[in-house]
Amino acid sequence: MTSPAAPSSFPSGLPSSPGAHVRAVHDDFHGDLLEVSMGPHHPSTHGVFRMIVTLDGERIVRLKPVFGYLHRNHEKLGEQTTYLASMPYTDRLDYLNSMTNNWAYAIAVEKLAGQAVPERAEYVRVILAELTRLLNHTCLAGFLLQDTGCSGTPLMYAFREREKILDLFESLSGSRMMCNFQRFGGCRLDPTPEWLAAVRQLVDGYGRFLDEFEALISGNEIVMARTQGTGVLTPALAISAGVTGPMLRATGVDYDLRKVDGYGVYPRFEFRVPLGAHGDTYDRYMIRILEMRESIQILRQALRDLPAGPILDPKAKNRGFRPKPGEAYGRIEGPKGEIGFYLISDGSPNPFRYRVRPPSFVNLTILEDMCLGQTVADAVIILGSIDIVLGEVDR
Amino acid sequence: MSMSESASTPATSGPASQEGFSPTQQERDELRRHGILLTSLEELYNWGRSNSVWPLNFGLACCAIEMIAASMARFDIARFGSEVFRPSPRQADLLIVSGTVTKKMAPQVIRLWNQMPEPKYCIAMGACAISGGPFKQGYNVLKGIDRYLPVDIYIPGCPPRPEALLHGLMQLQAQIRGQKLTGPDRPRHLRADTGCAYPVPEFGAHDLEPPANPEVWQAPSLPRSG
Amino acid sequence: MESLEQIRERLLARFPDAALTVIANPGPAGQPSLLVGSPHAASIAAFLRDDPALRLDYCSNVTGVDWPDREVVETIKRTVPPPPPAAPADPSAPPVTPKVIEEKVKRHIPGYFEVVYHLYSMALKHGPVILRTRTADRTDPASLPSLTPIWRACEFQEREVYDLFGIRFTGHPDLRRILMWDEFKDYPMRKDYVEPDDYEWEPTPHGAVLDKARRHYPAPPESR
Ligand code: SF4
Repeated sequence: MTSPAAPSSFPSGLPSSPGAHVRAVHDDFHGDLLEVSMGPHHPSTHGVFRMIVTLDGERIVRLKPVFGYLHRNHEKLGEQTTYLASMPYTDRLDYLNSMTNNWAYAIAVEKLAGQAVPERAEYVRVILAELTRLLNHTCLAGFLLQDTGCSGTPLMYAFREREKILDLFESLSGSRMMCNFQRFGGCRLDPTPEWLAAVRQLVDGYGRFLDEFEALISGNEIVMARTQGTGVLTPALAISAGVTGPMLRATGVDYDLRKVDGYGVYPRFEFRVPLGAHGDTYDRYMIRILEMRESIQILRQALRDLPAGPILDPKAKNRGFRPKPGEAYGRIEGPKGEIGFYLISDGSPNPFRYRVRPPSFVNLTILEDMCLGQTVADAVIILGSIDIVLGEVDR
Repeated sequence: MSMSESASTPATSGPASQEGFSPTQQERDELRRHGILLTSLEELYNWGRSNSVWPLNFGLACCAIEMIAASMARFDIARFGSEVFRPSPRQADLLIVSGTVTKKMAPQVIRLWNQMPEPKYCIAMGACAISGGPFKQGYNVLKGIDRYLPVDIYIPGCPPRPEALLHGLMQLQAQIRGQKLTGPDRPRHLRADTGCAYPVPEFGAHDLEPPANPEVWQAPSLPRSG
Repeated sequence: MESLEQIRERLLARFPDAALTVIANPGPAGQPSLLVGSPHAASIAAFLRDDPALRLDYCSNVTGVDWPDREVVETIKRTVPPPPPAAPADPSAPPVTPKVIEEKVKRHIPGYFEVVYHLYSMALKHGPVILRTRTADRTDPASLPSLTPIWRACEFQEREVYDLFGIRFTGHPDLRRILMWDEFKDYPMRKDYVEPDDYEWEPTPHGAVLDKARRHYPAPPESR
């Protein structure tokens, strides 16, 4: 899959000048370029994302993403409401992973206010975050295969497992998707022993599901032909473009905030960080499968070691919360990458500035670089492998 | 269905069945139980339409995930004949507005609606599609898709559970089954005096222009003056 | 990693005429930041990225902040020297203690726009180093240097800051609106933005929502 417009590597980490590749093509160009607007209503764009693709035959010579079709003014609303009232809004950022969004926001506010978190809550947070990772990566694998044209079946398998995890979330928090579960200084509710037993049961069965899924997909010839060698991302470009999460690790860069920052109680668990070698779509798929297997290990350890104690710091103040003036940036390793919250407090009940650092928005920076020289059909799976959720991209 | 009701009523009662040939619905149902199919064109037509409502494969936000979940194994929207999510509006009967309609997206939603052939239906799924929901106070959020489009079914929730979507679909099916082919209250697609296209708003300097379609939506007055 | 003070020292040694101020963070997070004058911002950013001891190769987060004009009332304690004794000092009188008075001073802080960059190092796994750049005031067009040539990660985030705050980034390769439509004229994340008054009836309006609704709708006919 090479063409004159294939993305060059960026050894210095310097960004490509947008437009350079287009000129390169135009120079010896004899036909008509075709401009296609994919989206905002397009079955493959995972929501209301839009890309304007310029095609030379079937090859992409230019791709401009267009955002904002789901811009719900999250940051403005965050500045108009109190700290606690923003918590349910974070559920709706990346609506597949409400638990990790909650945690990232809670961590930022806890930093801002210097709030401690009880040990049991830290463990419960880890359990919920890893369940969310399972949920997200499973759905992603399903959607990605849907994009390759494998219509329906893998997604059915993925959603079957998703429902099981959602049942757990629902019985714990009362809502399937919008859990609104974390509080500043702990969690809202204490999980019961029955709930923990149900998690244990799910965790024990999850490896079998992954085996089944992988037996169907990972060695499949068509999947490999479609995904291997497409959408290659180099480590230098990935770092310069701020790509994080499984996308970054698929290029071979070892950067996992669970290890780097060691937030929460992650340093107590033994787990490995899977790394890719080629940075192509197949690696990005495989990394997620491997991460799920590590998540299962973390879940086992967390369930084994879960201590007794309070779930919410008794001194924590959630209502009428007014942190002292100052600012804080808190971040965690979400399933899609680094999700961070930057808060500036001026001492009032509302944040003066409330900013979300959305992983999938920043990861989209290199969409054009990955798609240049590929066919339109490949652009669809490259986009699928980035794993975007529009609620978070546009906020 | 109304099987249980009809079982308690005698099949041959009622003067209507003796004079002309217009059995009541109950009588038809009772006959059907005995293997005799009596129907009218209207009933057949609505029965067929109501059981093959094809939605547009169109998701906007969080609610779309629950819409997908409704079409997956556990909830299985195929039981109601609506599993065929069409990517093209030209082949779809039902627009499920599943999520927040932003002002940037609203013209495209209306364009999609205009491209759908009649008879077509619209479900507003979730608080956002109904009124803007939790994001109502946002500057870029449309405060309800019913400002521009005629909505048939509203499904509250944030997000509504897949069961709620299925219930909404069943309500829509009941609505379709009750439509008349003739008469003054026949639906939009059987009338000559109504079009199926709605004006698409323009992007303005501060807001959409116009901010609502006055033919479908009027601002209600404030019930509380205090 | 070095402290921000040390980084500042090294930067001053390298760029002697650069304006560099360490902004303390009064909160418990302990994340101070470095305010960089815009003429040197790009070269300082390149230095931070390439310096072998720092290698801040990863720009995580780019944020715009709008600081409107503020009036700060500060209480200042001032010592008033005792008035000179009118009469010749009476040695038996108690010594006059200097008087401390509290004064309220109103200080006007003019507003400005600020862009905050959170930098980390993926190679050395440390951070954050927080950079800030500021405009002189809030007049339009506000402009600041773009750091997209240094970190590609800034490309979309700076476009977003431009879209929502109206800060023009000089040197940005593709500065267009990103979230709002192109015809949109306002900058909605500014503190003085007035949103379109398209409020709808709510069943239980209260507070700000009720006020907005009242302004928008004619009062209902007298029905009591
Ligand atoms: S109603 Fe709730 S779940 Fe549905 S789109 Fe709006 S915010 Fe998301």
